[in-house]
Amino acid sequence: MIVSQTEFRGALLDGARDRPLGLVDDKGRAAGRRFDVYRNNVAVSLTDALATGFPTIAKLLGEENFKAIAGVFLRQSPPASPLMMHYGAGFPEFLADFAPLQHLGYLADVARLELALRRSYHAADVPPIAPDALAAFAPEQLGSVIMTFAPAVETLQSPWPIHAIWAFNMADGPKPDAIAQDVLITRTEFDPKPHALSAGSFACLTALMAGAPLGDAAAKGAEAAQDFDFGALLALLLAGNAVTSLTLTE
Amino acid sequence: MLDETPHFANLPNRPGVGYKPQHYSALTTDPGDVGWLEIHAENYMSSGGRPLAQLRHLCERFPISVHGVGLSIGGEGPLDPEHLSRLKHLVGWLNPTVFSEHLAWSTHDGAFLNDLLPLPYTQATLTRVSDHIDQLQNTIGRQMMLENPSSYLAFSESTWSEPDFLRELANRTGCGLLLDVNNVFVSATNLHTDPKDYIDAYPLDKVGEIHLGGHDEDQDDHGRPLLIDSHGKAVVDPVWALLDHTLALSGPRPILIEWDNDVPDWPVLHAEAARASQALAEVPA
Repeated sequence: MIVSQTEFRGALLDGARDRPLGLVDDKGRAAGRRFDVYRNNVAVSLTDALATGFPTIAKLLGEENFKAIAGVFLRQSPPASPLMMHYGAGFPEFLADFAPLQHLGYLADVARLELALRRSYHAADVPPIAPDALAAFAPEQLGSVIMTFAPAVETLQSPWPIHAIWAFNMADGPKPDAIAQDVLITRTEFDPKPHALSAGSFACLTALMAGAPLGDAAAKGAEAAQDFDFGALLALLLAGNAVTSLTLTE
Repeated sequence: MLDETPHFANLPNRPGVGYKPQHYSALTTDPGDVGWLEIHAENYMSSGGRPLAQLRHLCERFPISVHGVGLSIGGEGPLDPEHLSRLKHLVGWLNPTVFSEHLAWSTHDGAFLNDLLPLPYTQATLTRVSDHIDQLQNTIGRQMMLENPSSYLAFSESTWSEPDFLRELANRTGCGLLLDVNNVFVSATNLHTDPKDYIDAYPLDKVGEIHLGGHDEDQDDHGRPLLIDSHGKAVVDPVWALLDHTLALSGPRPILIEWDNDVPDWPVLHAEAARASQALAEVPA
């Protein structure tokens, strides 16, 4: 009786399927619970990996709910690579589409924030510019300066207070208000830090990251919000080691 | 020009521990009896960040054993070429003292199942696994060691004993062996054989490293003990006794304490390493 890995894998991820014949104990009897050790190892290890990668989601859902929901996800989307540091890239979309969670609309965006924090944590190390590097440019040149950003920098836009939800659950922040929040993630050395961004800062930063010169990006910020504070955004980017080079446009 | 010589040419015949970031400061201030470290290859395949920075420091101070847990050497399909290149890259820049992987499969049809799944010991498996070992050794340009699994069940199609199967693989491919003594104890208990017979039949001359770890206890459908390799507890006395039996036959070897789940504080882990040191001290060199 030959047991193929296709059959083994099928029964591993689907508890309703029969355990493969041909798997036995020392007396040649059906493996039974012995096969379930593998079923359990796979489910527990992948659930643990998701709980490690999405700690805020795990806290928001509670242990039992998270385990049940992770169990559905891991069976429909097992990891595509052995790099568990990347597992769960499809979890936000899964949460968005999962019917029983439709009343918790913010979950998917909070999961996107956690994925972005994880990407930032593992991103390449690139040295930042010196804090005074902008001073090398003449005042009339500043509007034409283009910035490049560290691989650890991430931005997210959300109609939900995702930064406040994260901070309330993970960093002793105050109870979230029902507002939309855009987020910037910086990593000064090894620990990614999320910052809530105003609408003006988000518009400006999005333009900068798309390669717009400082002058044009600042205009985008002012267009998006009257209270846009370019100086505050620059200070945040420099303090977060977010900028890795400055060049002048032609 | 790359320095092709590993920072450390051999693992010392001393205890090592599976590296966990929470022990970084203890290891870099006073590692005590711990003479080398093992890392899981897949945890260090990022582009940057803290894990790589810590590893760059640690590899200057300790011989490093890289232990792959994701290649699926026993897989029915071809080895993942992307994963092979990641391993080649890691082994290339880190230049570890040794590299090892498992006699198991974990990936099938594009899904990585995050567990070490069992293989039937047949002629077909032998051919496939030795081809995969050849491919890996050619890719990374060095010898690997292959680890014996924990078994919870058997395949009725198997025609080889596990020690004979591993010996034949080592003979065909020139690979070394990593002997997990806890796995031997777990498998022997689960399949009702004598773990000492397994050790006595094992090609100990090919063993470059020994693993020890803790296991959980459950029961099968017939109320008989079913041990589960969990790496979440201290090593039990019968496994220490089996280590003594092994070392008496093999002579001293590098011994790794594996503790991957419910990772304890440093003093608890170090006490396990100290006990391995004691076991080594009692072996005639």
